[in-house]
Amino acid sequence: MSKMIEVRWHGRGGQGAKTAALLFAQAVLSTGKYIQAFPEYGPERMGAPVQSFNRVSDDPITVHCSVTEPNYVVILDPSLIEAVDVTEGVGTQGKVIVNTSFSAEEMAKKLGIAKEQVYVVDASKISNETIGQNRPNTPMLGALVKVIGTLDIEGVLKDTRAKLEVKFRSKPEVIDGNITSIQRAYDEVKNS
Amino acid sequence: MVKPIFSKGKIVAKTGNEMMAEAMRQIAPDVVAAYPITPATEIVQIFSQFVADGKVPTEFVAVESEHSAMSATIAASVAGARAMTGTSSQGFALMWEMLYIAAGLRLPIVMAEVNRALSAPINIHGDQSDTMGARDAGWIQIYSEDPQEAYDNMIQSVRIAETAKLPTMVTTDGFIISHCMAAAEVYPDEDVKEFVGTYKPERYLLDYKRPFTLGSIEMQDYYFEHRYQLAQAQRDAKKIILDVAKDFKNKFGREYGFYEKYKMDDAEVAIVTIGSAAGTTKAVINELREKGIKAGLIKIRIFRPFPADEIAKDLANVKALAVLDRADSCSGTFAPVYSDVVAAMYANGVTGPKTENYVYGLGGREIDMTHIADVFKHLDEVAKGKAQASKTVEYINVRIK
Repeated sequence: MSKMIEVRWHGRGGQGAKTAALLFAQAVLSTGKYIQAFPEYGPERMGAPVQSFNRVSDDPITVHCSVTEPNYVVILDPSLIEAVDVTEGVGTQGKVIVNTSFSAEEMAKKLGIAKEQVYVVDASKISNETIGQNRPNTPMLGALVKVIGTLDIEGVLKDTRAKLEVKFRSKPEVIDGNITSIQRAYDEVKNS
Repeated sequence: MVKPIFSKGKIVAKTGNEMMAEAMRQIAPDVVAAYPITPATEIVQIFSQFVADGKVPTEFVAVESEHSAMSATIAASVAGARAMTGTSSQGFALMWEMLYIAAGLRLPIVMAEVNRALSAPINIHGDQSDTMGARDAGWIQIYSEDPQEAYDNMIQSVRIAETAKLPTMVTTDGFIISHCMAAAEVYPDEDVKEFVGTYKPERYLLDYKRPFTLGSIEMQDYYFEHRYQLAQAQRDAKKIILDVAKDFKNKFGREYGFYEKYKMDDAEVAIVTIGSAAGTTKAVINELREKGIKAGLIKIRIFRPFPADEIAKDLANVKALAVLDRADSCSGTFAPVYSDVVAAMYANGVTGPKTENYVYGLGGREIDMTHIADVFKHLDEVAKGKAQASKTVEYINVRIK
């Protein structure tokens, strides 16, 4: 049995952390993996820290408890680093992907973990340039796929495009912008 | 690699609520009357969208409360319609007096129920207190571990209800399953419709050529006979449930029974539980088996009617077992699932296994693999005579002192 991958997303209410986890799960399922996606529910307040989770496995997933030791943590809003213990349960092996213009060295210092565990990508800039709005959740999908390394980015892009085509039939520019943002974050995420 | 089991099945990523709403669309009942409540809101919301979009011909009645939801569903069923509803927690509680009427009138209503804690204190998260409280209402109760089971149970429930002439509820654990997206298989509309069939009520009030009275007052002369018949209908429903499960397996390939046995053949220690925690328990058992501990699980799917004789037989050879209840009876003694399991064992002469009762997860409180592993660890000690089985309810992951 291969090891299950567990992911925790950190965002702020309204930023799309839940949507990102759902999109990620759907896209990864289309490549043949078993998936789970679930948000942490509490009082719904715009801007409040929120979390969502994914599990990915080659085998059926039967666990239904929380993710406490994530292999990957995705941070949509770097200001959360001051407010929330974003590295909780990450240990010495987990990887953290941050939406930031700072370098991996600088973020590692801020997070208090080894530089090898930290990946950075300026997802806000990418989404501003490709979608025209600060919507870092979609590009971060691409960054996560790249850092995990064992997932099929072509399959993810194909499935996401198909989902967006249903939702934004009359706005093809939205579809292309989102797909480009995922591809760019996949290409631009770095460990330096 | 995720693959469909049914030749014409399709793999989708859907939550428990989405799967239940999808089953309702495919079943296409004549009437759905419902009122939204967290965490079952999406079932009603998605289904009403199907109705608005013309994807299902159901008459959707947006009522002003759950009491009215159940009343309208009863009225539709009495009139001869295939009728369904959905709710959770306080909404379910508000239906209370009508639940008994649906059962007493022997109406084959199907309800999608999302298990949630009851107030007070107010809490929106998952536990099974709501439907456990209605275990004596005369409804068939079918619990689901995950979104796939919720979907499959909904499809089977229609035939079970209509053959047994008993209202039937299908539940999922609130948020844990209702809002968890997972890989699941859906079947084509025509195959679901073929399996479910057309509802042909034996008697109905709009059948003006054969008028009859329903819901009349009955005193000492007849009431008891009708209540006996209701209790007997629950006993008779056991065969119906297995027959429908057999047909379901023949058609769609997935196997269902009263309960699922996981690694029970040689189990020395076992957990009996209901719902999503059973899935987590399976993962713990896999780890324990690698360490040589013979652990097993019985996951109850059908709680009403309770499969007493069968469960007693399957537990007869374990040395120690724990029943994990996601509801507390506040009875001064034990929680509901434990009480039924132990009564079944004693009645069947199964007195060998040591038994324990744990209450867990109230109001959505976390139950993770370490909690379940701790229960098994204690059971292992009890089985080996190194520890005594507790005589009172034990609690998992709660601050008592």
